[in-house]
Amino acid sequence: MSALKQRRQLAETVRAIFSWLIALLIFFPIFWMVITSFKTELGAFSMPPEFFFKPTLENYREIMEANDYLHFAWNSLVTSGGATLVGMLVAVPAAYSFAFHPTQRTQGILTWMLSTKMLPAVGVLVPIYLMARDLGLLDTRLVLVIIFALVNLPIMVWMIYTYFRDVPRDILEAARMDGATLLQEIFRVLLPVSRGGLASTALLSLILNWNEAFWSINLTTTQASPLSALVASFSSPQGLFWAKLSAISTLACAPIVLLGWGSQKQLVRGLTFGAVK
Amino acid sequence: MSEAARESRRAGRLTASPAILLLFIWMIVPLAFTVYFSTQNYLLLDPENRGFAGLENFSYFLSSSSFLNSLVTTLKLVGSVLVITVVLGVLISVLVDAKFPGQGVVRMLLISPFFIMPTVSALIWKNLLMNPVSGLFAWLFQLVGLTPINWFSDWPLLSIIIIVSWEWLPFAILIFVTSLQSMDQEQKEAAQMDGATPVSIFRYLTLPHLARPIAVVVMVEAIFLLNIFAEIFTTTSGGPGDATTNLPYLVFTQALLEFDVGTASAGGLVAVVLANVVAALLLRVFGKSLTQA
Repeated sequence: MSALKQRRQLAETVRAIFSWLIALLIFFPIFWMVITSFKTELGAFSMPPEFFFKPTLENYREIMEANDYLHFAWNSLVTSGGATLVGMLVAVPAAYSFAFHPTQRTQGILTWMLSTKMLPAVGVLVPIYLMARDLGLLDTRLVLVIIFALVNLPIMVWMIYTYFRDVPRDILEAARMDGATLLQEIFRVLLPVSRGGLASTALLSLILNWNEAFWSINLTTTQASPLSALVASFSSPQGLFWAKLSAISTLACAPIVLLGWGSQKQLVRGLTFGAVK
Repeated sequence: MSEAARESRRAGRLTASPAILLLFIWMIVPLAFTVYFSTQNYLLLDPENRGFAGLENFSYFLSSSSFLNSLVTTLKLVGSVLVITVVLGVLISVLVDAKFPGQGVVRMLLISPFFIMPTVSALIWKNLLMNPVSGLFAWLFQLVGLTPINWFSDWPLLSIIIIVSWEWLPFAILIFVTSLQSMDQEQKEAAQMDGATPVSIFRYLTLPHLARPIAVVVMVEAIFLLNIFAEIFTTTSGGPGDATTNLPYLVFTQALLEFDVGTASAGGLVAVVLANVVAALLLRVFGKSLTQA
């Protein structure tokens, strides 16, 4: 018996070691990016690679000054935050309607909404680009706010709808019995009860918008470019500053990775519309 | 109909209409323009010379060798990444679905790449890891006495597939691990008591349990993978030649680099049709496991 127990213990240890190895392997590129951001430009290119070196904050200092990092970070914040806000304002009422006043057409409408996600961005790139140009919206934060909000609207409606569906109807009915108006019912009862779900919906929208690159690259040049487009501009040959690129990338990704770590459970539910729990 | 029911109905319509209206406009207006432009001779650099072109743009686009090439590239990219992420995702999830020291940290590390910007991950791989002269892989190859691979010129599509798989593997792991947590442990233990091998437990208990999450992962990933753009834009720019030009990238070059609105629109519509064909196919294959509650 004890031999069996020993063998099982050994198996568990091997399994733990393998899990750790794979996790470190998958995480390695991110780790390497952060490490490189603290090297000198010369050190970042050196061969063999520097594993032990004197870390420097020079890259961070330089991108703050020369590359106007804060300008792009502000664009990222305004466009992804603004689009999330607009999206929530439209999605919450719609989800409320579908969850609490369903009609025979509700399921069909929800499916149709999701099908708009199937529309490849590239299929409508030309008209969107021309419309933005003619309206003078090219390279403005406004155009990204509009596009981001529309692109994610179906996902947001679905997510909030899944959360609202789980709210016990008795609570709302009790409030109505007590003489609450429709608005009171929504603002005093429904929204507070489902604030966890609302927060994770907003979070997912924020993450998707923050990382979006297709529309950012195609509709903005410098004035309204978010960080994702700034990073892309480093792909040109004259932009080969690996240490600085790593520093910008680290700053651009850190907030989202931290948000993601803090909310993995809710994200699964959101990303799969509650189909996987 | 009672007054309350009527009011409820009115509230329902009122609150749903902005979202429905906006999405309807978002879907119909640009698409209508795309259809219209696709029948026009329309070069942005030569705006005077416009006119009805009939199906010329389509025949030009569809018969060009670059279209067929981009179609094959698109399907190769989507297919390979789907297979890699689902297979590795299942294996890794089963591996880490146990109690061991630092399990929480391991999961955090595993899902991290999913939150990295596509432009960042592409450039990190291209410059820091896959660079043939001073990338880390080149150093590793030399260390064991091999010639470093010139990734983006010798294996361009494979390089893109590796980068995109790295970005999407965490998504698969995230979904599968969550699903495994809800597995019936008693059933598993009972099977173990009866002498079932780990392989047969995996085959007859775990895999069926994962059918639905696998379907979800394939669906969600397919939508995003058909639209891969930033990774190609920042690494190979579709090259060398047209080795990594997928459909989105081809339309992008026609629209914003060659300013050929007509052909780009025709290409955009082809992309829309392709996305729907793929979606319909996937629904046929995976739809059953999706609807099983």
